[in-house]
Amino acid sequence: MNELKRKDLLDIQSLDVEEIKLICESAQYFKDLFTRTIKTVPILRGKTVLSLFYEPSTRTRVSFELAAKQLSANLINVSVATSSVVKGESLIDTVHTFEAMKADYIVMRHGVSMSPHFLSKNIEASVINAGDGYHAHPTQALLDAYTLLEKRGSLEGMHIGIVGDIKHSRVARSDIEVFKKLGAKVSLCGPPTLIPDDFSVYDVDIYYDFDELLPRLDAVQMLRIQRERQKGSHFPSIREYHRLFSLTRERMKKQCKSDIIIMHPGPINRGVEIDDYVADCENSVILEQVTNGVAVRMSIFYLLAGGASLEGIDD
Amino acid sequence: MKILIKNGRMIDPASGTDDRKDILVENGIISTIASEIPPSADVEVIDAAGSLVLPGLIDIHVHFREPGREDKETILGGSIVAAKSGFTSVCTMPNTSPVIDNQALVRFIKLEAERGPINVFPIATISKGAKGEEISEMGELVQGGAVGFSDDGLPVMSSVLMRRALEYGRLFDVPMISHAEDSVLSDDGIMNEGKKSILLGLKGIPREAEEIMIYRDIVLARLTKGKLHIAHVSSGGSVDIIAQAKNAGIHVTCETAPHYFSLTDDAVEEHLSMAKMNPPLRTEEDRLKIIEGLKNGTIDVIATDHAPHLEYDKMQEIEYAPFGIIGLETAVPLIITELVRNNGFSYIEAFAKVTSNPSRIMKLDRGEIKEGKPADITIINPDEKILIDNSFLISKCKNTPFIGKELYGKVLCTICKGKIVYTA
Repeated sequence: MNELKRKDLLDIQSLDVEEIKLICESAQYFKDLFTRTIKTVPILRGKTVLSLFYEPSTRTRVSFELAAKQLSANLINVSVATSSVVKGESLIDTVHTFEAMKADYIVMRHGVSMSPHFLSKNIEASVINAGDGYHAHPTQALLDAYTLLEKRGSLEGMHIGIVGDIKHSRVARSDIEVFKKLGAKVSLCGPPTLIPDDFSVYDVDIYYDFDELLPRLDAVQMLRIQRERQKGSHFPSIREYHRLFSLTRERMKKQCKSDIIIMHPGPINRGVEIDDYVADCENSVILEQVTNGVAVRMSIFYLLAGGASLEGIDD
Repeated sequence: MKILIKNGRMIDPASGTDDRKDILVENGIISTIASEIPPSADVEVIDAAGSLVLPGLIDIHVHFREPGREDKETILGGSIVAAKSGFTSVCTMPNTSPVIDNQALVRFIKLEAERGPINVFPIATISKGAKGEEISEMGELVQGGAVGFSDDGLPVMSSVLMRRALEYGRLFDVPMISHAEDSVLSDDGIMNEGKKSILLGLKGIPREAEEIMIYRDIVLARLTKGKLHIAHVSSGGSVDIIAQAKNAGIHVTCETAPHYFSLTDDAVEEHLSMAKMNPPLRTEEDRLKIIEGLKNGTIDVIATDHAPHLEYDKMQEIEYAPFGIIGLETAVPLIITELVRNNGFSYIEAFAKVTSNPSRIMKLDRGEIKEGKPADITIINPDEKILIDNSFLISKCKNTPFIGKELYGKVLCTICKGKIVYTA
């Protein structure tokens, strides 16, 4: 198998383990390619990629756009603030318009969960989910998994913690799914208001005491507090949150395994969930996650496009 | 005009009759019920062999959108859909635009309904403008033809207003129909709060938002001795609360909708906005409790909460799409398939929920087959399979998650006030 036999990439749940491994394997190829001097290959030549972001994003958007450009796609970047969206046009009508202009791939970020799924049922083009509501962020999860695979070779038996605003996090949901599919044990940590009990549906352990969890972890993904997605008060103050759930230098020195892998999907709020020392220390792979994001997204485009042989392509 | 319905299996929940009977209708009235009535020359004979002959069905919770959103449905159009679906009486909810909070508007609905095939009984708002501040002019409204009061679509958040409404309503012996939801607790949720909402990343509505309000309304009914009816019960916990209240002798009745005994929140993943309604579809555990509540009599009524929405309204991201599905045309097939065939309800048990019980609660003086009563009769072939698709649905709006489903139970003929208003 060297292609994804599917129209869309919507979530981790619908991917099987073979597909996840395939994405990570060819991501390795693209990482080698674009971290060397050769940055552009003609895999998507003649194809049009539409990047449609209904929510502000910098890193994911740039990462997708770089990936598409490095594969020689025509890239159209729709800025929602100036588009017909603000004129009251529906999502389906907007996308049909772009389909009529022969867009092949639609990379969409949307604030409402399940919107990419809704879209994919109603259009022909491939839909790649760049994050929907609290639901899924499959490319982030795949790059997180790839980053861990790169470090450890396998996730089998690893214990990975995800800490912070789990309730409002699409990254948490997709990470849980991909880590578990690859054989890791996953534990969540945060206040009960940000980890509904029904997260037990994922077969994960839930810790409220960060210091109890930390010594057990091989890797930890620190999440940002999604202030913009929260309504009402889920915890009393940043100060108190910081005291209970921030990964600080002191905490790391005292509680963590010496080779713990520190991850963060970004953007980082230094001094809230993580401090300067931890973000920049040698255990931190935060910037590698960003580099790997481009490779994983190139890999996904490539595999959705049919996964033609790569031999000689970088000559 | 005379109509003779021959050879049918008469199901009359009011009298507990399940027997082969002939029924003669004269001048809009059921004149004779007997085991054998010979046809005479001036009689139109309907052969109902192999079919159920039921009292005309009653749906006490529909949204016909008129006045205001006639593009979605009208009183006349909705009445035609109801007749096709076996219903001869409906109660229309008042959350139209403007809302039904004065006598002129109640009269308008009655007048519009006269052009249609069935009986329409308006429900008026509990509060003026459905604003939840002052009780509406209930006396005027009852005089105009209102049969009950509800701010349906919105809860009555003010406990003191609900108290006054239950108290004042005693003047007219009419039910206050509670859209039971603590809207602060439901907090802009989209679907049932639970494992499924976690998996889909959609904001949940806890069942407690419903249960808290039912508790509140029940203790207010105890305080005021008013008549309380709970609309669209969806949660298993609500069934327990209502059962307790009934045991304690508090005057409370309730309804559920066919989708709550047919579907669970699993449907949201597949059908997205077509499975978005308020209260939301719950879990299998709740669904089974609803069925149990129907079986043991805690739940008195099945009402559809028929809520038409245009395609472009529903064809949106799930958060932006409105709540609600249509229910009239799928009601009989779901009752027969889910309750009778899958859960062993007798026809009397199942159809009491859409005939004698709603008639009693809303005091409609209908819902039974009895000599001297208005001839509202529905004939159904319970064994005929039907496919719910766009050609089956005649409703203007086709917002239902049941599209594509094969169900049992075909409405063959609907008679209202002695006139045949629908034949398949």
